[in-house]
Amino acid sequence: MAKSPNSFAASLTDAGIAALIAVALFGPLVGLKTEVTTGGLFLSQRWGDVAVMVAVVFVGRLALNLLVFKTDRPVTRSLAAALPSLTGLGRFGALLGPALLGLSVVLPFLMMYGAPDQSRYVIDLSILVLTYVMLGWGLNIVVGLAGLLDLGYVAFYAVGAYTYALLATTFGWSFWVCLPLAGLLAACWGMVLGFPVLRLRGDYLAIVTLAFGEIVRIVLLNWYDFTGGPNGINNIPRPSFFGIEFSRGEDGFAAIFGLEYSAMHRIVFLYYVILALALVTAFVTTRVRRLPVGRAWEALREDEIACRSLGINTTNTKLTAFAMGAMFGGFAGSFFATRQGFISPESFTFIESAVILAIVVLGGLGSQIGVVVAAIVMIGGFEVFRDLEEFRMLVFGLAMVLIMVWRPRGLVSTRVPSIALKERKAIGGELVGEGHG
Amino acid sequence: MANEAPAWTRDPVLTVEHLTMRFGGLVAVNDLSFVAGRGDITALIGPNGAGKTTVFNCITGFYKPTEGRLTARHDDGASFLLERLPDHSISRVAKVARTFQNIRLFGGMTLIENLMVAQHRPLMQASVFGIGGILGLPSYRAAERAAIERGRYWLDRVGLTERADDPAADLPYGAQRRLEIARAMCTGPQLLCLDEPAAGLNPRESAELNEFLLFIRAEHGTSLVLIEHDMNVVMEISDHVVVLDYGVRIADGTPEAVRNDPKVIAAYLGVEDEEVEAVEAEVEQVEKELEA
Repeated sequence: MAKSPNSFAASLTDAGIAALIAVALFGPLVGLKTEVTTGGLFLSQRWGDVAVMVAVVFVGRLALNLLVFKTDRPVTRSLAAALPSLTGLGRFGALLGPALLGLSVVLPFLMMYGAPDQSRYVIDLSILVLTYVMLGWGLNIVVGLAGLLDLGYVAFYAVGAYTYALLATTFGWSFWVCLPLAGLLAACWGMVLGFPVLRLRGDYLAIVTLAFGEIVRIVLLNWYDFTGGPNGINNIPRPSFFGIEFSRGEDGFAAIFGLEYSAMHRIVFLYYVILALALVTAFVTTRVRRLPVGRAWEALREDEIACRSLGINTTNTKLTAFAMGAMFGGFAGSFFATRQGFISPESFTFIESAVILAIVVLGGLGSQIGVVVAAIVMIGGFEVFRDLEEFRMLVFGLAMVLIMVWRPRGLVSTRVPSIALKERKAIGGELVGEGHG
Repeated sequence: MANEAPAWTRDPVLTVEHLTMRFGGLVAVNDLSFVAGRGDITALIGPNGAGKTTVFNCITGFYKPTEGRLTARHDDGASFLLERLPDHSISRVAKVARTFQNIRLFGGMTLIENLMVAQHRPLMQASVFGIGGILGLPSYRAAERAAIERGRYWLDRVGLTERADDPAADLPYGAQRRLEIARAMCTGPQLLCLDEPAAGLNPRESAELNEFLLFIRAEHGTSLVLIEHDMNVVMEISDHVVVLDYGVRIADGTPEAVRNDPKVIAAYLGVEDEEVEAVEAEVEQVEKELEA
């Protein structure tokens, strides 16, 4: 179905222009290569490769023009229609949530008895996914509910990790004592970040939070006496099971419970710790959403001026959102430190913040189940594509672009009201505000 | 000029004295003084750009006035200087609520959620900063039930009970206006400031709105200040009209007095230059006589 009789000609011209640009770009970049050989530098020419690339661009552009850009029936639209609409995921999600929860509770046993040789890998990966689920849920409070774009979330993860590592290695305090302290300290840092950014919105907020994340990392990197600088902190104590160590000795976990010693015990225990922490995050978040604070966060995302006219202290509301999000980041950080046994500033780079934010955006702002699905897709997907080696990022990026084209507001874009008089109806994502930062 | 002091000065709910608001070189409001009486419907009218919304923004704390004093008095005699309160306290402490010219509802939240957000303060106190709420203490549950009841009551008043669980952005325009007023009323105000409540309403909706505003005043004792362009609304329901033009008060009185004021007619309809000069000369003369 052509829009106009000469749309084919137009497509051809357009593809030709794209091919010309490709020639200009790939000519010098690919066509010419300097090679160091004995006796000097040689310029080798690879015009065959250039021709292939230009041909790919030409054909690809022509196909896009004919099938998507310059036609009345773009393939993408019929593709989008053919794919199952996830608006039903709200209903389906009502089943998906408990199903995933049930699976996550029995997973270690399933793996240990079902596929013992794979269990170590799967449970390790699950711990990683759950850590990101928890971080995603924590960030979701700030970005999804309060609508404040935070690009420096990893800073709170770092604060939590270093709090535990330093307290445990310096004073020998146990994980369970340090965990609340780490959360508290991260929450304080959340407020420290909150104050200067109260008046900022959108891009400016994003830049300052990004800078904050970097500042924390650089301080950790350079404050050698305190944090160990780039060497990081090692020999961080592992968590104990109510004071019982997971060791081979007489008073170890296995001996006391009459089990044969296995390194898996600790890993399974860690798995349940992070599962519990993540579930606490989810529980508190869903609970708080139904409280005045949570409603004020969402109202803030929808319209800040109206909030002020209704007597809501927007300063406090924003700070509580930052503090609450940061606190869960701090918990996750402590867990990370105790799991790894070693931390260094390298673990807290900007890319971590970006991955967590991507999970939240991909999952759908404000959606709990969306974050879970997105974390499984992103972190799990990263592992699945491992065989593709250097093409991993390419495939991964493409997958993300496709998801965003298909569902621009994330996998679960609907919002569930916090209260209902008669019937709780999901609200379409197009009506829900995205916040202004 | 009446010798007797007008009725609204006896028990003012809002006193505006020498209010001036400058934005750089632009003087949006210039030395404006007026009072709004308790239990009155006071209309603030004037041509576009006269500074009406600026006055509202000063009253409700969105702007800090360059000069002047704004006092709100409660029925128990307590008074509050609005220009000194932070904006969120104006609703909470001084009990002055407002609506907006371009409706500002929480579009992605349901109607009942909108009304719950408006009751943030009492609920927040009952939830003891969220801790009691997370634990589900009975005192919080009771406060929440009361808030839902109040929301239900106002939804019923504005005829939107059927749509309580729909997102606010889905409502037709007139219903959005009504919901915004209901939301403002949920804060339990003593003074409600309405910025063009009848804008965009058809005559039937406009008549319903009048009835609703009269109901609010009669049933809840809330005083109203409204900005309005629709002269029918103004003349029909207001007790007292203040007319602004170019940030200056040009008339202040009962609707009948204002309707026949030549300066108001001139400001609204526009007149020949000579006529303006004639009127101005006349006014100056009157002022001189008064001073003398």
